[in-house]
Amino acid sequence: MPVLARWIEAAGIPTVVVTMMPAVAEERRAPRIVGVEFPYGHSFGMPHDKTMQRRVLDLALRVLAGAASSGTRVDFDVEWPVPLREAYKSWQPKVPSPIVRKLLEARSAERS
Amino acid sequence: MIVDSYRFLPRSFRPFYEGRGPFPGEESPVWAPFEKRLSASRIALLTSAGVYMKESQPTFDLEREDANPEWGDPTWRVIPATARPEDFAFAHLHINPEDMLADPEIALPMRGLAELIDEAVVGGSVADHVAVMGYQDRGLEDWRRKTAPEIVAHLREQGADALILAPA
Repeated sequence: MPVLARWIEAAGIPTVVVTMMPAVAEERRAPRIVGVEFPYGHSFGMPHDKTMQRRVLDLALRVLAGAASSGTRVDFDVEWPVPLREAYKSWQPKVPSPIVRKLLEARSAERS
Repeated sequence: MIVDSYRFLPRSFRPFYEGRGPFPGEESPVWAPFEKRLSASRIALLTSAGVYMKESQPTFDLEREDANPEWGDPTWRVIPATARPEDFAFAHLHINPEDMLADPEIALPMRGLAELIDEAVVGGSVADHVAVMGYQDRGLEDWRRKTAPEIVAHLREQGADALILAPA
């Protein structure tokens, strides 16, 4: 996704990436980054929490319109309101993704 | 607060992301200045949550991914800014879609953007936002060759002044 942002930016359209992995977006040289410490699938916050969603969107727009140079990163200063163990478990798919399944199969084949 | 980029990532996945540096050929900075006032700008949204319009659009190809786990559907969809939450479906095998189904704003904040337009903070929205499915093959060849240029053409045709991307 940071690379997609770069390609669109290079075509002349300013971009901002709102991401759970701002360090990775920085490594990939995304031009404008908003970091959120949220579980995957929740870029703009908790479902039905309009205040939180609005604050993330406000920050994204501020960084989009106000960043002075490429590589600008601003992190959103809100902790995820669900306990870590629960949040960690609940973002993940009920069935492991095909690539995870493949990695697990490879690992168990190594062991046997 | 400095965000911990790996807080919710299973520990064994971390080496796939951390310390890998820029994508090959993408080392130098890119920059398109944001020149207008926000209140005079037309904003577009892009989500990688695999959103599609369940009545009128095909799903992303999850069957092929299931057969070939290193591959991810590189196509994209237009999501009308007038769509209702119940019009959406999510095709993404790497995240639990429950919360997004309950409130799609957490992936694609179209209503939040509409409120900011009503308040004259933002000038306007494109008619059609953009959705992709974020799990892609490592080389991103199809995205580079086809999807990205098509999205750029779409954004230009829609008169977008800027884009907010939200990886799922």
